[in-house]
Formats: sequence, structure tokens, C-alpha cells
Amino acid sequence: MGVAAIKEYEFEAADRLENFHGNQLLYIGWDQHLMFCAPFCLPMPPNMRFGDIIEKVLPGVFGYHPDFAKIDWSKVEWLKSSQPWQADFNKTLAELGLKHKDVLRFRTPGLTGIKGSAS
Amino acid sequence: MDMKVSKKKLGLKEKYQHMTRGLGWETTYQSMDDVFPFVKYEGIKIHDWEKWEDPFRLTMDAYWKYQAEKERKLYAIIDAYAQNNGHLSVTDARYINAVKLFLNGISPLEYMAHRGFAMTGRQFPGVGPRVACLMQSLDEIRHAQTQIHSISNYNKYYNGFHEYRHMLERVWYLSVPRSFFDDAVTAGPFEFMVAIGFSFEYVLTNLLFVPFVSGAAYNGDMGTMTFGFSAQSDEARHMTLGLEVIKFILEQDPDNLPIVQQWIDKWTWRGYRVLTLVGMMMDYMLPKRIMSWKEAWEVYFEENGGALFKDLARYGIRPPKWLDQIEQDKDHISHQAWATFYNYAAACNFHTWIPTDDELDWLSQKYPNSFDKYYRPRLEHWREEAKKGNRFYNKTLPMLCQTCQIPMIFTEPGDPTQICYREVDYKDNKYHFCSDGCKEIFEHEPEKYIQAWLPVHQIYQGNCFNEGVDPTAEGFDPLAAVLDYYHLNFGRDNLDFEGSEDQKNFDEWRGMATKNV
Repeated sequence: MGVAAIKEYEFEAADRLENFHGNQLLYIGWDQHLMFCAPFCLPMPPNMRFGDIIEKVLPGVFGYHPDFAKIDWSKVEWLKSSQPWQADFNKTLAELGLKHKDVLRFRTPGLTGIKGSAS
Repeated sequence: MDMKVSKKKLGLKEKYQHMTRGLGWETTYQSMDDVFPFVKYEGIKIHDWEKWEDPFRLTMDAYWKYQAEKERKLYAIIDAYAQNNGHLSVTDARYINAVKLFLNGISPLEYMAHRGFAMTGRQFPGVGPRVACLMQSLDEIRHAQTQIHSISNYNKYYNGFHEYRHMLERVWYLSVPRSFFDDAVTAGPFEFMVAIGFSFEYVLTNLLFVPFVSGAAYNGDMGTMTFGFSAQSDEARHMTLGLEVIKFILEQDPDNLPIVQQWIDKWTWRGYRVLTLVGMMMDYMLPKRIMSWKEAWEVYFEENGGALFKDLARYGIRPPKWLDQIEQDKDHISHQAWATFYNYAAACNFHTWIPTDDELDWLSQKYPNSFDKYYRPRLEHWREEAKKGNRFYNKTLPMLCQTCQIPMIFTEPGDPTQICYREVDYKDNKYHFCSDGCKEIFEHEPEKYIQAWLPVHQIYQGNCFNEGVDPTAEGFDPLAAVLDYYHLNFGRDNLDFEGSEDQKNFDEWRGMATKNV
């Protein structure tokens, strides 16, 4: 359903891909670590290697948390749109099929936030 | 020669009849449909506008006389408050941040309400509701002005008040109240009346005004408190109008029921989301607390609202959707919101802080099911880090909900450890939501919400830098550029309360007033 309107009512999406100067948006959240109040929104080029995001971008994003340094990335579980997803650090976002405004979550078994509070 | 006058004055009822209803007419040069072009497209059917009952029967002469008297008293008190340095008698300078939140987040909505009621009144063919909308429109602009006047006194002494108009259309968190009202004024006249007249003014307004006005009273802020009392008598009229609107629409045609019910569901949820800011203010920003957000919700929504919806059941109206989720959320949303402003304190025009030990204990006591388990460890960790000079400032932009525009901070109903993620594919794009409520509102009118001006996405599109700024230049600092665009002064308006200019000045000025220095 569209919208109740007095005449034709159709618009382009304000956040369509071509508005981001060659980047696409990737959302990324760390489950059970709600000290970061919300998942993050990152503008990334589609030819970026996924491993580079983990190794070069995420430390600046999540590094404040004492659990971050303890993450064993080989054991991390990934979800895309809340469904299990297979990460590959050597592939690019495009090769992994990640599209504009896709959302990833990662889970770090054994790490449960500040004093186990999921913070 | 004596003239025999049968009656000197019209009675109130006759006067109302002549001065309001008696002034309308059926147009003949142009069709009524052309003169009132917005009145049918929403699908609401009205058969007899004369059935509108105006509960107040106020005419303009009485309106001016009454309001002028009220306003004279209000300004006398505001002047006295200003001349006596009343700002130094508030509990402590942290309180002033609650006033900043009000001026920046709420007062512009009063002005938008003024515009909304003026536009809506213009669209109704019935004279009764047209006059009621006119008066509410005037009330709302008076409220905007009296709030600005009351609060301008604080702008002389404290940071963060100086550019509320400019900031409303730019600063990330202000897109939440702003988009709420923009959504309402861009709807049709009937939806606007249900959204603002009923859902906001009738169902939720007590949760907005009582906390701020009582909060002001409890914390020694006579100026804001007096404004609040002055507005109260108008609010009573607005609430009556809101209820009359619902009854009138529902009595006119049975086909109106499902449309109105959908609006009540939507606008109760939209309003509830905006009230997250009030919850946070009550639980964290008032040095002297009134009651907890949870208690306020129970009194003003669950008890009062419950009775209201029982009363409306005879029209076929059921309570708004998603109340079961709201019931679970009341233990959480104020803490989640304060954590958000603590995260993004560098990009905000008011200060945040970690509550004192006494205040943490108060929160533990008020929220026995949630605070110690989920939120206290986080706050204590932040406090420890701040002591070490490592205060947490989140520098990465958050993911926002497409509908309410709040960062995705809310948790799954029943699981406070898990962020709630919802998404929809529409045309060629993906859209994300904080809740089933926001998702369903989007799905009902996707074409409206795909246009949303989401602050985070706008920054990444390069639309939130001043003209001439080159984001590709070497050493470009995006945060500094965005704050410039906001007109937010780094180190004065933002960051932690501890060490702020507000804190220093208040202590020094109050010291001068109470000690021999």
C-alpha cells in the first residue's frame, strides 16, 4: 500500500546507493555488548576486503570495550539479517554478496559484556 | 425618547451561536469540494458537521480577555525570577540540561502544533471544529513564545540554548521529535487531529507536561514551572477537543472506525517513542526526582489511559497495539536512552554524566527487575574509566530506525540483552526498524517514510557540512565539520557535565551569592 494522497505520490528513496559517493552502507552490531548503544552504520566501498573491516575499522569502532581484545575471530558467529552467515575475510563486500544497507551481527561466545551484564 | 431594549446582552449560548457557527456559509461561486479539497481523500465520511459539540463555546473576545490576563501574570513572575537571579536557586546545574532538552526538543513542536492546527482548521467545512482549531492554533503559538521567553533567561548564562531553531533541522537527536511532528502535519486534516489532538494531547500529554513542570517545581525552577501552570488551562481545553474529535468522527459513519483505529495505533506508538526522551529526563536529569518513568507510565498511561479506552470501547475502539511490548519496555527505555546520550555526548548540545551513588541506589530501588542486572554495571564501568581519564565518547555513527529515527537502541521484547532488529525490502532498498510498531507504520505508507531525512545517512551523503568544506581534503575531521554545521561549540555545549563551563560558572556564581569571597 502506498499512502493516502490527493494525487500521485511516488518518490525516490532518500538513501539510495548512488547518493553515497561510491560507498555502500554496512550496518554492524556486536550482540550482548550494549555498552555500544546501537549497531553502527559504516560507509564502505564494495571492493573493500572484509578482513580489512575487521582488522582496520572495527578496532576504532569497538576497541573501547575490554572484551574486544579477547575476541577470537575464528570462533565468531555471524548473522546477516538475523540469519546465520558465512564470513570470508579474504573476499570483498561485493564478492560476499553484501548489498547496500545490509546488516551484520556478530556473536562472541564466552564474552558476555561488563560483569556478564551484556553491556 | 426612550428606546425599549428587550435584552442588553446576548446570552453566552446565543453569542457563541452567532459569533462562531453563524459566520459560516455554503459556498456557491465555487463548489464546497474545491474550497475544502483535503477533506475527503483520507476516507473519513462526515454527514453532518452540525453534530459537532463544542465543549467550551469560547468566542474570540472572551479568549483574548482571558489569555491576556494569564499572560500578564506569567510575565510578571518570569521578570521577577530573572531579576532575582532565579537560575541560581535551582537544585544544581545538572538540572539546567533538562531545560535545554525541553527548549530544543519540545518548544519547536509547540510552534509546529500552531501551524498544524491552523492548516487543519482551514480544511474543515464545519464551523465548530474550525473555530476550535483556530483557538488551539493560537494557544500553541502562545506556548511556543512563552516557553522561549521563560527559557531565554537561561540562555544568558548557560551553554546549549543559543541555536535551538537552527539545530532543530540538523542535530541528530532532534530529528526524532521533528520527524514526529512533520509526519503529523504532512498527513490529512483528520489524521492530524487524531495524531495530535487525540493521541498526543489526550492520551500522552500528561506524560510530557507533568514531568517537566513538576520537575521544574521540585528543582527550584520557578520560571519553567510558572509557564507550565499557565499552559495547563489551555491543555484542559485541548484534551477535551481531542476527545470530541474521536467521538464525532466515529459517530458520523461506521466506515470511519478502522481508519481511526489504525491512526490511534500508529500515533500512540510514535508518541510513545518520542516520550523516551522524557523518561530519560525523569530518571537521570532531575537532581531532585519526582517519580520514576515507570511509575509515571503506570499512573498516566496504564491507569488513566486504561479507563479512557474502556470508555471508547462502545465505539468499537480497542486499546492501541503493542501495549504488551510497552509494558515490558518500561523497565528499560530510560536507561537505554541515557546510555545513548552518554555515548554521543560529543555531538550533543546538553551535558550527560554518571549518576551519583545515591542516584544509582534510587534507580536500583525503582527498577528492581532491571537496573542492577543490566544497567548499573555499565554505568559503574564508565565511571571507573572516566576517573582514569578515559571517558567513553562513541565516535562512530549509529544505525537508525527508518520510522522513529531513534538509534537502534531498543531491545527485543522479553530479552533486554538483545537489540531488536526488524527489516523490510521495499522496491530496490532495505529498511531497518527498532520494533514491530515502527516496521508496521512504515509498511502502511512506505512511500512516505522512504523520504526520511536520517541524520546519519545525511552525514555520509555529505549533506551536513558547511558550504565550502572539502571532505576529501587532507586531515579532514568529520566530527568537527558536522559540529560546525550544527553551530555547536565544541568544549562548551557538549561533552560531560563534569568539568563543563556550566558547572564551573554555576558553582562560582552561587558561591558569590551565598558566601563572602
